[in-house]
Amino acid sequence: MAFQFPKDTYSGSILEIAVGSGDGIAKVGGQNVMPLCNFEGDVPNRALVAMEVYDNVAATESWTAEAKAPFADVIGDPVAWAKKCQDEYGAEMICLQLASTDPNDMDTGADEAAALVKKVAEAISVPLVVWGSESAEKDAEVLSKVAEVCDGMNLILGPATEDNYKKIGGAAIGYGHTVVAQTPIDVNMAKQLNILLGNLGVPANKIIMDPSTGALGYGIEYTYSVMERIRLTALKQGDEKMQLPLICDVAKYAWKTREAGISEKEEPGFGDLKTRGILWEIVTASDLLVSGADILILRHPESVRVIKKVIDDVMA
Amino acid sequence: MALSGIQIYKMLPQTNCKDCGDPTCLAFAMKLAAGKAELSQCPHVSDEAQAELAEASAPPIRVVTLGQGDAGFKVGGETVKYRHEKTFVNAAGILVALTNEDDDAKVDAELKNLADVSFERVGFTLEGNGVFCWDKKGDKDSFLALVNKVAAATEKGIVVSSADLDTLKAAGEALKGKKFALHAATADTADDFVAMAKEYGCTIVAKGDTLEDLAAVGEKFVAAGIKEAILDPGWTGIRDAVTSNIAIRRAALDKKARELGFPTIAFPCAMSEDLLEEAAYANIVLAKYAGLVVVSTLDAAFMLPTTVNRLNVYTDPQRPMTMDQGIYDINNPTADSPVIITTNFALTYFVVSAEVEASRVPTRLLIMDTDGMSVLTAWSAGKFVADAMAPFVKKSGISDVVNHKKIIIPGYVAQLSGEFEEELGAEYEVIIGPREAADLPKFLKGL
Repeated sequence: MAFQFPKDTYSGSILEIAVGSGDGIAKVGGQNVMPLCNFEGDVPNRALVAMEVYDNVAATESWTAEAKAPFADVIGDPVAWAKKCQDEYGAEMICLQLASTDPNDMDTGADEAAALVKKVAEAISVPLVVWGSESAEKDAEVLSKVAEVCDGMNLILGPATEDNYKKIGGAAIGYGHTVVAQTPIDVNMAKQLNILLGNLGVPANKIIMDPSTGALGYGIEYTYSVMERIRLTALKQGDEKMQLPLICDVAKYAWKTREAGISEKEEPGFGDLKTRGILWEIVTASDLLVSGADILILRHPESVRVIKKVIDDVMA
Repeated sequence: MALSGIQIYKMLPQTNCKDCGDPTCLAFAMKLAAGKAELSQCPHVSDEAQAELAEASAPPIRVVTLGQGDAGFKVGGETVKYRHEKTFVNAAGILVALTNEDDDAKVDAELKNLADVSFERVGFTLEGNGVFCWDKKGDKDSFLALVNKVAAATEKGIVVSSADLDTLKAAGEALKGKKFALHAATADTADDFVAMAKEYGCTIVAKGDTLEDLAAVGEKFVAAGIKEAILDPGWTGIRDAVTSNIAIRRAALDKKARELGFPTIAFPCAMSEDLLEEAAYANIVLAKYAGLVVVSTLDAAFMLPTTVNRLNVYTDPQRPMTMDQGIYDINNPTADSPVIITTNFALTYFVVSAEVEASRVPTRLLIMDTDGMSVLTAWSAGKFVADAMAPFVKKSGISDVVNHKKIIIPGYVAQLSGEFEEELGAEYEVIIGPREAADLPKFLKGL
């Protein structure tokens, strides 16, 4: 009997979402097949790689020398840092981490943070993701202000959680931004937050889901399977509430692991620290790409180079 | 197609003789149905039932063993496409490619890596599984020298690859008696490979540049009664490798295509000269179904993330990874160092220990067996509660190594502090720690 390629069929597709504004608009989503299954459907947009930029020097103090080196001349200057990522390292998006707004950190105020976001957004042409300090109450305040100050720039604001989605979602509707809906590695909670944001009036094509990242060795298998299940629900069962692109904050979690940072002196059996740290980020990102990520937030320029190459290979 | 446990049970002797290693015939039948046992483990089954069952109970993807004894490993036997459905069963084997064009230093270094690079994690030993020996030069003598050197150095798996049948036969003679594989049969050479499989008792690899070609070779293997084989869908790039692996997995599981019902081999080593890119490719094919992954090096910095990823992808999604109950020292604690109690869910342990380590504060972790539940889950399930924790603390031996009676509990279970103190007795003091592990460094430094 002649061999027949066993193709799968799908009943839904992921919404195509445009982020950014003007000449810098980028599109994500739009596919109607499971990840890596380009051979049986349409994948109109490849996944995009965002590079993170921090608003404070303190956040980088615990980084390894290798992770810091590419940014040595721009740490402390978020605008220059963002431009360097875009111009030299090929970032397709910038993710501005507003770490200093954390009430347990410098507790930077909303006005100051929003002014910085505007400066960074105006300095780059690629879309801007603005990430809060993951303190629900403070993020609601800061991101609402950011939304207002950057009216019409179609930023990606997040993370909105079940504790602060009303304020962040409301501000996004009012000023035309896209929201990151973050839930703790759980399919049902992910759907629930999408419904809540929808009820609030956030259009479906203004929501990107963050299923929460477990790094390699630290729960990636949970994130991996939750993402596959979200995608299967969206594509095979046609669940409209799940048909949204996925964003994964890889950098923060991959680089925080013991394995990505411990010296060869302390763990001689673990091999060269430089390669190991970058690979911890690359392997985490590879898994998430395989399980459905549409936007990957990365730190090291080498990770960015490799993951962009892999995306070209498997999605272009 | 697949028979249920009950259907299989009806064909077994039903004597509960335990010769198969299971307590009852029914238990054995259930394992067979799940693809977790081999019919040959039952010495008493009738020939007639055997013929009927063998075909029906064979897993849709055959299991292949490579390597000797404890150094050996199994691949294949997979039953699902997505890991949340049911566990991926036999973790992919990672092989290093060595050729007769490599110099001695390279060969020696990789054989040393194969022997030495090894990591312990949540009770598992993570390491490379063998060598893919490639006759790149097309030279029999130097190739046999390589094969013999590898065979003398390791009991792990060996796959021997040459375009020349005579060379393969000589390698087969040299390795006879071991569990190894010969690579690779095409439609033209399939019969020769079947003959070699029978002669040397080895596994054979089918190769096809298209899935049609590959299936044609697989069909010849199946027709000849070959049970242990491997499929090589060609040495192309990552896109083709992944596409082929997805197609083969679907054909085997959904279409019951016996000719494609074997584990696959993939070659990230041939996809890039850049180690970082190769690592990305290797980990993608690991997740997307390859049974054997051939890489260019077993260097530790490459193997740690790759083997941890393999462990994560192949973890049972229904059973959390756990740590052994006990006392864990971090940052060389002394008798004055603080003690933190938490559950034995591996992720809880990893996250907490990483933060404590980052804090540089010498500390002891008291890990309590909660069946692998996280703090809040274990608390609501009644496993991480005062009247279970207090006896554990007292029996743990912690008071033999510290000179104080202070115990830090996770902030999420702050509500049990009073009762915990009561259960422990008046000399103990229970301190409420932070809710999130990320806040531990600050907390510990402030003690």
